[in-house]
Amino acid sequence: MKRRDFLKAAAGAALCGAGTAAQARPNLQPAEKAVGMLYDSTLCIGCKACVAKCKEVNHMPPVIEGDQTTWDSARGLSAKTLNVIKVYKNGTAASKDVEVNGFCFEKRSCMHCVDPACVSVCPVTAMRRNPLTGIVTHHPEVCIGCRNCMMGCPYDVPQFEYNKTFGQIQKCQMCNQAGVERIDKGQMTGCAEVCPTGATLFGPRKALLAEAKRRMTLKPGEIYNYPRGDVSKPYSHHEKVVPAYLPHIWGEKEAGGTNVMHISAIPFDKLGMPPLGERSPASIAEGVQHTLYKYMALPAIALAGLTYVVHHNTDDDNEGGES
Amino acid sequence: MSVHKPLGGRILTAPFIFFGIIFLIGLYFMAQRFIYGMGAVSNLNGGFAWGIWVVYDVVIGTALACGGYALAFTVYIFNKGQYHPLVRPAILASLLGYAMGGFGAFFDMGRWWQFYEIFLPWNWNFNSVMLEVGLCVTAYILVLVLEFSPAYLEKIGAKRLLKTLNKLLFLFIALGMLLPTMHQSSLGSLLIVMGYKVNPLWQTWQFQPLLALLSALTMGFSIVIFEASFSTVGFRRASETPLLAGLGKIILGLLISFLLVRTVLLVVQGNLGHLFAGDRASLLYVIETALFLIPVFILASPVNRNHGGRLLIAAVSMLLGGALYRFDAFLFTLNPGVGYRYFPSVPEIMVTLGIVSLEIMAYLVLVKTLPVLHREEHA
Repeated sequence: MKRRDFLKAAAGAALCGAGTAAQARPNLQPAEKAVGMLYDSTLCIGCKACVAKCKEVNHMPPVIEGDQTTWDSARGLSAKTLNVIKVYKNGTAASKDVEVNGFCFEKRSCMHCVDPACVSVCPVTAMRRNPLTGIVTHHPEVCIGCRNCMMGCPYDVPQFEYNKTFGQIQKCQMCNQAGVERIDKGQMTGCAEVCPTGATLFGPRKALLAEAKRRMTLKPGEIYNYPRGDVSKPYSHHEKVVPAYLPHIWGEKEAGGTNVMHISAIPFDKLGMPPLGERSPASIAEGVQHTLYKYMALPAIALAGLTYVVHHNTDDDNEGGES
Repeated sequence: MSVHKPLGGRILTAPFIFFGIIFLIGLYFMAQRFIYGMGAVSNLNGGFAWGIWVVYDVVIGTALACGGYALAFTVYIFNKGQYHPLVRPAILASLLGYAMGGFGAFFDMGRWWQFYEIFLPWNWNFNSVMLEVGLCVTAYILVLVLEFSPAYLEKIGAKRLLKTLNKLLFLFIALGMLLPTMHQSSLGSLLIVMGYKVNPLWQTWQFQPLLALLSALTMGFSIVIFEASFSTVGFRRASETPLLAGLGKIILGLLISFLLVRTVLLVVQGNLGHLFAGDRASLLYVIETALFLIPVFILASPVNRNHGGRLLIAAVSMLLGGALYRFDAFLFTLNPGVGYRYFPSVPEIMVTLGIVSLEIMAYLVLVKTLPVLHREEHA
């Protein structure tokens, strides 16, 4: 009798759980006044001025490889490199922005996701998405160093300082971290400011997306007047022949979209971008979590049932009772 | 009157000294980790932020410590009082396993000196699976201490305290079933947000918590069989095979459910093709499935279930299968992106072995000095 009751209750609870599982939340939407960047790989000449500026803003030393001291040799993101320019090379690497026997550059830095996994997974709210600007910042003063943000980030952006006794997570905070606050002061990001070709463009996400879409409509071979700096108030322009853009704005929709978007003439998987769908994994995980733990109702019901049955069974049965 | 009694005997046996030495080596590297940082002893990197300290010590270690949880269901929910003699040693093993997981989580914490931040409610992010794991595992360790405390209270003869505790014990027993259900399923949920980094053969999205829970229960029952068989041989005690045979039937049901859910998901979620890819992931998947199938075949026959040796083979196979399932998903087939590789360093492995040794040493001392194992005439 009691066992059957318990099984009935358990089955009921399981059905409730399955029934509400469909209520998983949709992807988060871009912040109202989201700011971001547009990186146009076809404009990038690989000068790494952005890398140097980023290190200056964040007080990080250059990565030196061998005797090469002329430029920063960082090959990937690390706790000392929050922004890096990588190169794609194929075959003879003869022409720029060509997939076969060509080459191009690609920027790596925090994408400032619209629905950031790092923010979703952080147990202590040390990763925060600014509700107004959408900028994802890190707050080491509460971070316990569980590194779930690193595991959750599809771009491997957050990096932990493993080689320090008291290390912390480092990531690009779009030059708006405490003590820098370039965006709050009406400035643009360091990397966009120094970019000589406008390959890294700063601005409101909406304006950047519009600019990216405009470039998709241009005909290869045409001349286009490319802006530099901030897309909403460029400090200068330069004319350049339009390349054969791929009709794909990375970050418009990937895993809920990003505030830092990329466009290119070479497929993004070749440039090392991860295979992401449109649904943000954070929304799925949160859906599961909030289904199981909404108001702690299911755990409370389960605890009540378990307490009742255990109490009943330990009272009845001397042999089975606690000793 | 207790049905349990201390085993007695010497503490400083050869195995104890052996584990002691391993523990000391581990301790040396642990000290280095705290002095020079994690990079000094581990091979963790930007892509593999979780190595064996998380995946073995916490994710697998706590699943191996599910004996107390699994047995509590059998004894207190399905009212199988005859299994009661197995409960106390299982609770002890669970306590030690979870303590090891908690300790592992602590020295894996990049910012361990701020660990208390996770206990401050104003920091809590209720979207975080990690928050649930952290708080729930901590709570369960406390519950296990209370569940095991009668052994100590009997030893020191604190009869009044014991009486009060026994009156409330039903509440802790209930919590001791709820909490592992929560955090063991959450350990699976940690994989959801890792999305594409988790190999499609292991990325079951919403079903991660279910599979994690089923496999944790399987591992819990297996460890009860394993530990009971081991103490029978190791401490030359009467065989508990007849008791364990009954557990075999429960495990059979769990195993079949686990395999069924996984297979159906593989087809429904459209990942069957990956099984025939002939790569490392598909091979690991096949090995894992074989490790789960071996016990199915063994336990399907009542004759085998009553055969101590075969029961032990089934249990070991399941433990390996469950451990491999977690290793594969979190580590072996994880793909954080181009350029990242991970294999644990020797110091990293020694730290984990050191912690496991400490756990075994503590178990040996406690069963010899406290009333943990039941008297043989009750077997």
